[in-house]
Parts: sequence; C-alpha cells; structure tokens
Amino acid sequence: MKKTDLIEKIIHAIFFVIGFLTVMCVLLITGYLIVSGIPAIKEIGIVNFLFGNQWKPTANNPTYGILPFILTSVYGISGAILLGAPIGFMTALYLSKFASRKVKSIMQFAISLLAGIPSVVYGLIGMLVLIPGIKSSFRLSDGASLLAAIIVLSIIILPSMVKMSIDALDQVPKEYEHASLALGATAYETYFKISVPAARSGLVAALVLGVGRAIGEAMAVMMVAGNVANMPTSIFQSVRFLTTAIASEMAYSSGLQRQALFSIALVLFLFIMMINAIFNYFLKKDKD
Amino acid sequence: MKKSIVTIMVFILSITLLTACGEKKSEKGVVTDGSTSMEKIIGALGEVFQKDTDIGFSYNPTGSSAGIKAVQEGRCDIGLASRELKTEEKDSGLEGTVLAYDGIAIIVNKDNPIGDLSLDDIAKIYKGEITNWDQVGGESSPIVLIGREAGSGTRDGFESITGTEEQCAYRQELSSTGDVITTVSQNKGAIGYASLASIKDNVKPIKVAGVEPTEENIKNGSYLVQRPLLLVTNSQKPLSDSAQKFFDFAISAKAREVITATGMVPAN
Repeated sequence: MKKTDLIEKIIHAIFFVIGFLTVMCVLLITGYLIVSGIPAIKEIGIVNFLFGNQWKPTANNPTYGILPFILTSVYGISGAILLGAPIGFMTALYLSKFASRKVKSIMQFAISLLAGIPSVVYGLIGMLVLIPGIKSSFRLSDGASLLAAIIVLSIIILPSMVKMSIDALDQVPKEYEHASLALGATAYETYFKISVPAARSGLVAALVLGVGRAIGEAMAVMMVAGNVANMPTSIFQSVRFLTTAIASEMAYSSGLQRQALFSIALVLFLFIMMINAIFNYFLKKDKD
Repeated sequence: MKKSIVTIMVFILSITLLTACGEKKSEKGVVTDGSTSMEKIIGALGEVFQKDTDIGFSYNPTGSSAGIKAVQEGRCDIGLASRELKTEEKDSGLEGTVLAYDGIAIIVNKDNPIGDLSLDDIAKIYKGEITNWDQVGGESSPIVLIGREAGSGTRDGFESITGTEEQCAYRQELSSTGDVITTVSQNKGAIGYASLASIKDNVKPIKVAGVEPTEENIKNGSYLVQRPLLLVTNSQKPLSDSAQKFFDFAISAKAREVITATGMVPAN
C-alpha cells in the first residue's frame, strides 16, 4: 500500500514539474517583456510612444512613435479578414455541406498543405510574383505595399479559418437541417439560414483565430510590405507592421532603440492577449 | 501536509534545474560575434586559423551592434563591426581595429541604361530631390529607392558616406542584402546598395564619379563608397591567449591573401 502511494506521489511530482515548466515559460516571457518593455515607454512617454507618428530611432534626435505600426497592423489585419473571411467561410460551407466525401477529403488535404507552407515561402512568392503584379496592374513605380501584405495575409489565414469553420459547421445537428428541408426549404436556404446561424459562435471563433494568426505574422509581411515607417494613408503605400518593426531592426539595434523594440513587443503581446480573450469568450459561449 | 512538502520540493528542484544552465564560458576557443557582412571574411580567416593552430574558432552572425554588445557583455572574445564605433561605444572602453575595407556597390536594374552617377547625384536621389531617371540622363521613369533597415551596417555605411543620414526617402526598407538584390533585379526603376562582395550578375553595379567599384579602386581610395570592417575588443579586459593569437593573425601580412580572396580589401 505504502509503495503504490509513493509511486503515485512521484508520478504526481513529475507531471507537476512538466506542467509547471509550461506555465513558467509563459510567465518568464510575460515577465521579461514587461521588465524590458516598460523602461523605454517610461523614457519616451506613453503618449509619445503610442500616438507619435514618427519612428526615427537612429536619427540624431531620435523619435519613437509607433502609431504608424499600430494603424498598419490594424488596417492590414482588417483588410486580410475582409478579403480572406468570405472566401474562407464559403469554402468551409461548400466543403461541409455541398461537397462529396471524395472532394472534401482532397480539398481538406490541400488546405492542410497550405497550412504547412512556411511563411517565408509565401513572402518569397509574394516578392517575385505579387509585387511585380501589383506594380504593373496599378501602374505604380513599385508594388511593395499594404495591399501586397493584405493579400499575402489573407492567404496565410485561410487554412486555419477554413478548418475551424468546417468543424463548427459539421457540428450543427443534422436534425435542424432535416427539419428545415422537410418543411420545404431549399438546400441553400437551409444552409444559409439554419446551419450558419447555428454554428455562429464557432464561425466567430474561426474569425478571431484568423486575426490571431495574422497579427503575429512577420516574415512574409516583411518581404512584401516595403517596411518604411509611413503612416498608412493609402493601400499602395510602403508600410511597416508591429511585428516587422521588431523583426527588421532587432538584429542591429542598441540602446534605447532596442528597448523600444521590446516595448513594441509588449504592445503586440497585449494585442494578442486581447484577441485570445475574445477567442476564449466565444469558445465558452459555444459550449454553453 | 505531505502534498505541500512534495510541491515545495519539486519547486526548489525545478528552480535549481533552471539555474544550472546559466554560466558557460568558452574554454580555449576563439568566439567572435557580429556583422553579417563579415561572414565571408571571418569564415575564411577562421578556417585558416583553425587549420594552422588547432585552436577552436566560432563566428556568430548577429549584426554589428549585436557583436559590439556581445564584446561589452563579455559574451565573445572579438566583436565584428562593419561600421565605425559610436562615441558611446568607444566611451565604454571598446577599441576598433580596422581589418579590411568593404566597398558598397550602388546597384540598378540590368535594363537601366544609367551606368555612372556622381556621389552628389546619388545623395540627391536618395534624399528624394531627384525622383525620375530622366533627371540624370536616363529613361523617363520614377526612381524606386531600395534600402536597408535602420541599424544595418550597410545602411549606416551608405548614408554616412553619402551624407544622407535620416533623409533618405526609401520606398522599401529590406532586412537583408539578398532581398535588396532580388528587389532591384525585379524592378526596372529601382536603385539599391549592397556590399560589393555579395553582388551577383542579376543586377548592375554602377560607377560612382566615373570610378568602377573594383577591389583596386577601393584599395587606392578612388572609389568613394566604402566602409571599414572592424575587429572590436574591450580595452579593459585583456584578450585570452588564443583570441590574441587570432587577432595577431588577422592583422598580419599572412592574412592579406585570405582577405583579398574574399573580395574585401585588407587594411594592413
């Protein structure tokens, strides 16, 4: 009896350590970001930092305003959602309700493949195909722009959104649809007016997941957005996102510039926390 | 009660586990850290040095500022910087020794008829005062300025040489030499800059004030867009024996050939 008790305890301890390590990682990262992000915000001033519209970290009179990055991230992600969400939802609806089993499995395989492509590949193709394409179709001097980033992001967020939407639509009880069909509604009416509303919270969760994926993307965006710290006033402008601001300057930065990059990371972290909170809210609502 | 004791023990155990991976020092090998533009030159020097002396050698391509920081914090023996040290860095006791010179080539698309620009024209182009190629004798098409991110050694070198610090009206700021070359090769109106050693034949390096960017012209100083490559050491902390050996080797006459072979111009 005693021996099994001891084994139980040891196993309990092992699991505790493993669980604790994961939590430690989160706590360490959070703590590190706060500790290294706060000093620069204090030195620059929170208003100047968040609402300043000039980012010139290496000038003689350096300015550290990240409003252009925040706005670019917000616009870029909204654009990607506006473009990607309808395509994603329609794809999911088709695969969940209309497609034959065979088509569905092939398409789902293709979508998983899309999810597995590294973002640097998206960036490279964007650089070699999309940018020259935008340049010639809109008669611009250069195609690297907010629009290019929006298009790349909307493709990147598709797989996770489609997968999650399919799950949500598949879970709609068949009885609902059968009842609707039995009452004489057409298939289209049934799926749009019964299935979609029934899967609503799952679909919103998919949307939020897409936002989360888009907000954290750095590599692909860095290669197509042009990366100049302009205020985003046009979709053809060269812009810089929050993530790319960190990624492009981190390697060479020093002093206050480096600290300010950590502050940007902190802002980005808060953004992602907010998105996750919304995500959890909808998941919970889905369960209730 | 027992449970809480176990919990506390596990906690302490996991903490000691984490602290165990702190201190770690290179025992006798030479550790270098810094400029990505110096990858070729340091790689070649390290290889020869390792073969001759049997001393371990490592290079961590992080970027000039990161390398300088690593020396400051004692994380490496020798830092590598492809720019002059800033005064704050010199004040903290760091010393830079010029190892070689790197020419920065000004590159345009292969289809661009322009082949020669004065340093002044280049500065005006990058400041946005000249915006069309026809203003410098080319075809009528807008000039697309491609540059590097703030903090890059190449950007710092280019902007300080042309006197355009913080006035460049970039269309794109890319974070690697390869991206700059690819972008310039894709856009007929583009102009960019990159280290001479990394130029491939998909772009066209132009003459500056009539002088071609060749090793010879960089060596004799007639090509204007060039920058120093530094070995950064901490004057408050003597180098380890093996690091000193490498340092002496790198600035010796013997290293000249190795440096020349990488396309850089030796300083000593």
